[in-house]
Formats: sequence, C-alpha cells, structure tokens
Amino acid sequence: MAASDQSLKRWYSKFTNVVHRNLRSLIVGIPFVWLLLFFLVPFFIVLKLSFAESIIASPPFTSLLDWSGGGFPEISINKDNYLYLIEDDLYLRTYLNSLKIAITCTIICLLIGYPMAYGIVRTQGTWRYILLLLIILPFWTSFLLRVYAWMGILADQGTINDILLYLGFIDKPIKLLYKPIAVYIGIVYTYLPFMILPLYANMEKLDSSLREAAMDLGANPVSTFFTVTLPMTLPGIIAGSLLVFIPATGEFVVPDLLGGGNVLMIGRLLSSEFNANHDWPLASAIAVVLLIVLVLPMMLYHRVQASQANS
Amino acid sequence: MSTQASSDGESQVDYTHTPWLDPSATPFIQIKNINKQFGAFTAVSDVSLDIYKGELFALLGGSGCGKTTLLRMLAGFEKPSSGSILIDGVDMGGIPPYERPVNMMFQSYALFPHMNVEKNIAYGLKREGVAKAERTERTKEILNMVELAEFAKRKPHQLSGGQRQRVALARALIKRPKVLLLDEPLAALDKRLREQTQFELMNIQEKLGITFVVVTHDQEEAMTLATRIAVMDKGNFEQIGTPAQIYENPRSRFIASFIGSANLLECTVVEREGNMYSVSQSSNSQAILVEYDGDLSIGANVTVAVRPEKIRVEKRSAVSSAVADGHNQLNGIVKEMAYLGRLSTYHIVTENDVMIEVTSPNQARYRDGNHPIDWDDEVTINFAPQSAVLLTE
Ligand SMILES: Nc1ncnc2c1ncn2[C@@H]1O[C@H](COP(=O)(O)OP(=O)(O)OP(=O)(O)O)[C@@H](O)[C@H]1O
Ligand SMILES: [Mg+2]
Repeated sequence: MAASDQSLKRWYSKFTNVVHRNLRSLIVGIPFVWLLLFFLVPFFIVLKLSFAESIIASPPFTSLLDWSGGGFPEISINKDNYLYLIEDDLYLRTYLNSLKIAITCTIICLLIGYPMAYGIVRTQGTWRYILLLLIILPFWTSFLLRVYAWMGILADQGTINDILLYLGFIDKPIKLLYKPIAVYIGIVYTYLPFMILPLYANMEKLDSSLREAAMDLGANPVSTFFTVTLPMTLPGIIAGSLLVFIPATGEFVVPDLLGGGNVLMIGRLLSSEFNANHDWPLASAIAVVLLIVLVLPMMLYHRVQASQANS
Repeated sequence: MSTQASSDGESQVDYTHTPWLDPSATPFIQIKNINKQFGAFTAVSDVSLDIYKGELFALLGGSGCGKTTLLRMLAGFEKPSSGSILIDGVDMGGIPPYERPVNMMFQSYALFPHMNVEKNIAYGLKREGVAKAERTERTKEILNMVELAEFAKRKPHQLSGGQRQRVALARALIKRPKVLLLDEPLAALDKRLREQTQFELMNIQEKLGITFVVVTHDQEEAMTLATRIAVMDKGNFEQIGTPAQIYENPRSRFIASFIGSANLLECTVVEREGNMYSVSQSSNSQAILVEYDGDLSIGANVTVAVRPEKIRVEKRSAVSSAVADGHNQLNGIVKEMAYLGRLSTYHIVTENDVMIEVTSPNQARYRDGNHPIDWDDEVTINFAPQSAVLLTE
C-alpha cells in the first residue's frame, strides 16, 4: 500500500513537473487545437465542398481527388458554383439584402442599446444589477421559443393588432408578420443584448472624472458627450456592432419564421440550397462567400485596434 | 502687513498683500453656511469662508475631512445641501460647472487618454471658441511654462506622474480662470520637484493674479504656499488664519498638534495676576507661568501648549543664573536624543514624570563630534511665559 502510495506520489510529481514545464505551450495550445478542430477543419471541408460538383448520389457531391488513374490523384476543381453565384443575380441581391438588413439592425441596436447601457451604468446600487439581469434574462429561454412568441405578437390576430384595434387606431389588422418589418424587429430583439453587454462593460470602466473635467473646462453636456464619452466608448461600440452585425448577416431562424418566404436573406437561401435542392456544393460556395464578406469588417476592426494600441 | 506711518503721525495701512485684513474689501469667493450631506453622513457641516482676490488659500486637513467635497462644490460638481456660494458677487447656485469662472485641477488629474498633451491643454480654449491660431499660440506658451514643449504630441499614458501633473496644471491654467482650484496638486512629486513646483505655483499666482484654492494634507506645503490656511477637521473649519497666526496662536488642542508639534500639558488655573496666569498640573507640581489675554477663573481646566523649539535646554551644571529665576524652569532627564544636524531633538522626562519634547538649534560646532547634551544627562529646561499658549478647547 505504502509503496504504491510512494510511486503514485512520484508519478504525480513527475506529471505536475511536465505540466508546469509545458504550461505555457498548453495554455497557448488549447485554443489553438480548439480552433483547428472546430473552425479550420470544418472550414476546409466546406471550402473543398464548394469546389465539388453536385450529383444525385449519397453524399451528393463529387470528390475533388480522382484516384482512378493510379499513382498521383487527379485534382478536379469545379469553379461553376462560384460562377453561378455571379450569373444568377438572386444571390447578389440576397447578399446585398442581408447586408442591408444586418447593417440597419446593427444601427438600430446601437441607437437603442447605447442609451440603455449608459442608463444602466449610471444607475446606482442593486437596481443596476436588476437591470443587467433583465438584459440577460431572455437567454434563459430557448431562442426558437422566443421567435415563436414574436409570431404570436406580430400576427394579424396578434397582440399588437389587438391592442391597436382596441384603442381604435386602426379598423382592420395591419400586416406585420411575414413582412420585412417583422424580420427587423426579430433581429433587433434577438441581438440587442449583444450590443448592450460590451457597451456596458466598456462604459463601466469609464472614469466619471473625465466627464467632469470636460465640463469644468467649459464643455456643455452635448459637447462633453461628443468629445469625451463617445470617443472613450468607441471600443465598446465596435465590439457590440460586430457581435450584432456578423450573426445578423447570416441569420436564418428569424427570416425563416418571421419573414416567411418574403424576405431574402442569405441564411435562408443557404438552408434551402442545402435541404430542399440538395446542392451541397452551391450551398458551400454561398457559405464561403458569406465568410469572406464577414471577415473583411473583422480585419478592419483589428487594424483599428492595432493602430490604437500603437499610438 | 506693512504699516506706513505718514509724517503727520496718522498711520495708514496698506492692504494690498493682506486683503483679508481690510474691512472695506469685498471677498471674491463667499462661502456661506455650506452644508453637504451624503445620505445621513455629513461631509461638510455648516462652514463659512471668505476668500479674497489674489489669495493663495490652502485647505488643510486629514484624509476624509471634506476638502475635496468643498472644492467640488466650488467647481459645481456637487450641489450643497444648504447654504450658498458667491464668486465675484454672483450666486453660483444653479450655475453648471461649464459656466462657472472656475477651473479645477483634479486629484486624479483626469487627463483625456484619447488626446495628446497639446489637445488636452487646448481643450478648454476650443470649447470657448478661441480661434485656432490663438489656441496654438497660447498652448505653446503654457507648454513652455510647464516645460513640456517636447512632449506635446505624447498621450498621457506615455508620461511620468510628475509630467502628467504638469499637463493637468497647464490645462486648468490656460483658460485664465478667475479661480483655480487645485486638489492636492503636488502629492505625486518627489520632494525636490515638489518644492520647485511650489515656488512655480506661487510665481504663476503672482504673475496671473488668479485666486488659488489649494487642497493639501501636507502642513508644510500649506505653510510654504498659502497666504491663509483653513484647517479642516470632520467637515468643520477648526481655524482660519495666516500660517503664522495658526502656528503661533493655535485655537485648539487639535490645531496645536496638527500644525507642527507641540507639548500639551493638562493644567488647572491656580493664580492670576493681570494677564499672567499661574497654572499647575497637579497640586504638588511646580506652577507654570503663562501670559494669556483672555479671562479665566481660578480652577478652570486649561491646556498649556509649548512648541518644542521655544523651550531652552541646558545641562544642569551649566544653568546660568540669568534664567534661574524659577519661572517655568523644570528639571529632567534626557530619555531620547536625535541629532539632526541643523538641530537636535530631545525627549526629556521631568521630575513629575511628564515627557517634554525640545528642539534646539546646534549653534556651536561640536568639534570633537560629541554632543554636549546626551542620553541620561540631567538637564534643566525653561521657557518664557510669552512662549506658551493657553488652550481652552
Ligand atoms: N459621493 C459620496 N458619497 C458618500 N460619501 C462621500 C461621497 N464623496 C465623499 N464622501 C465622504 O465624504 C467625506 C469627505 O470626503 P472628501 O473626498 O471630501 O475627503 P478629503 O478631505 O478630500 O480626503 P483626502 O485627503 O483623502 O482626499 C469622506 O468621508 C467620504 O467618504
Ligand atoms: Mg480629496
């Protein structure tokens, strides 16, 4: 018993030594492996798929490598999927519409979220935490369920129409559901917390004496906001905007459920190519182009951050 | 105060350097019965104060006594719970900070981190709508004054603590406000730079004629800088006066021990002859003679305060007959001695077991390196009746 205890201890200390020695590489390594496994590998699969040809088989695409010749495999790259995205203007229109919706929603989220975050930061004591909790609370129920709830609210016989009818503002229901407005409402509702939370985190660190210093030097509240508060909260604005813009561009559930077939968004198109048309290569090409569209603003953000850190 | 006696014998007083003594002068800043509550806590309680144009006024007090709160009320960041503040005759109630003729240098500097030194300093002028050319000119001028010209393009986080402080000072000064509020302006500086900046501040103040209100918890700094000092304690003014008034005529035990050091002896009045009071610590101890202008009855409890440097100490064997007249002369033994070069400090325990601190200048040179008065030496100390102060508070 004692002997095995001893060896266990020795083994353990050896193990911890190794761990300690390699802790650095371990700490760097874990996210690296994570990214490799769950981002890069799937991305390359999708990239590979996007250059394949669609066939009626299982799986419904050709292989890029043809081993039939023996020796070296032949690589057959099919660019048709990308060409098709350019040829049929449906795709371009859908991309542009997605971007338009995502940008508009990001701006609306910013306009609503900024004063809300500011208000929460300025609130003292427990109320602040209650307000924060209210922002996070929706995450505790299923996202899908909440979108269904919005269907109930926006429907012809839904809550909004009922109230407006009752108050006599309208005499027949106005169409909200399956209209673009429903998609805007849904996306803004869904992603507003992602705008508020980074803004809150940013504003909380803001030193109130800076605002006082500005006022002391003759800046009225408006001028103080534009010369001190806004520039100081720019990192929060950028982080929040990216957190809203990126998922909103590829959003599928909201346009599918609240927009019906009437609102063109890239997420819905991708899903229908994948599920309805079984054209996996084309769906993959759509996804790759979407990724490029989304990565560009990310890189821009990094440039901005890097230049800020340098100056 | 300089007094000019005219030839016809009628004396006329010149108040230019001592406006607070001029009964006809109107104060520049009038603080009237200001009270500030934070919930149930009273940070500043019912204080009144007049500050005159061109003064360099110091608010002195320990941590948490309400100095910053008072300054913030002057700047307009904090609304008094009651009372009013007048600056240059205008009631500041309801006037927001950005419309007050006041600039403040913050305890934390509060430099804008996203602007470089130049932009930080020019910020106030830009808000005022000063033209670009003049802005650049004045910024350059003040950058030279605080010796930061070569750092104009740096961001605050690329500066040392002392440099940041000078940026903060320049930023507050550039608008040439009527009143400049400085919250512990020199706390971050080392001793040498602090002394240098103290004199710089005094120069600036004299040159620009701005009224300064300086908060400090460093009594030496207050004594060096200020025309007058208000000593604060727990939200109250304990005493307001010139450095010399406060040092030589402390109003209370708190002031006597807060400003400089003092020997405080609890006594009762035993005898009075005109303004000469004879007090003693207990019935069997030797009486102490103190000159006092107030009116005290026999048996009243008082405190005798004597500054350590106002007491003479001599070796018992060397006591000259001139001072050996019995007045305030006590025998004791040196328990502690510290040689500080310029002067020496002694802790002397007297025959009735009271510890007295005495400092005495080392006028003669001790060529052999031996101190004439040393540990455990029997000594005699004495002080003039005019050198001690009787305190009743
Ligand atoms: N916003 C506030 N809410 C509640 N209490 C406050 C507030 N501001 C200050 N106080 C309290 O008022 C008292 C005076 O504070 P103040 O900042 O004026 O002290 P100070 O004299 O400047 O001290 P220091 O020398 O440490 O700067 C302190 O006890 C402080 O805790
Ligand atoms: Mg303070």
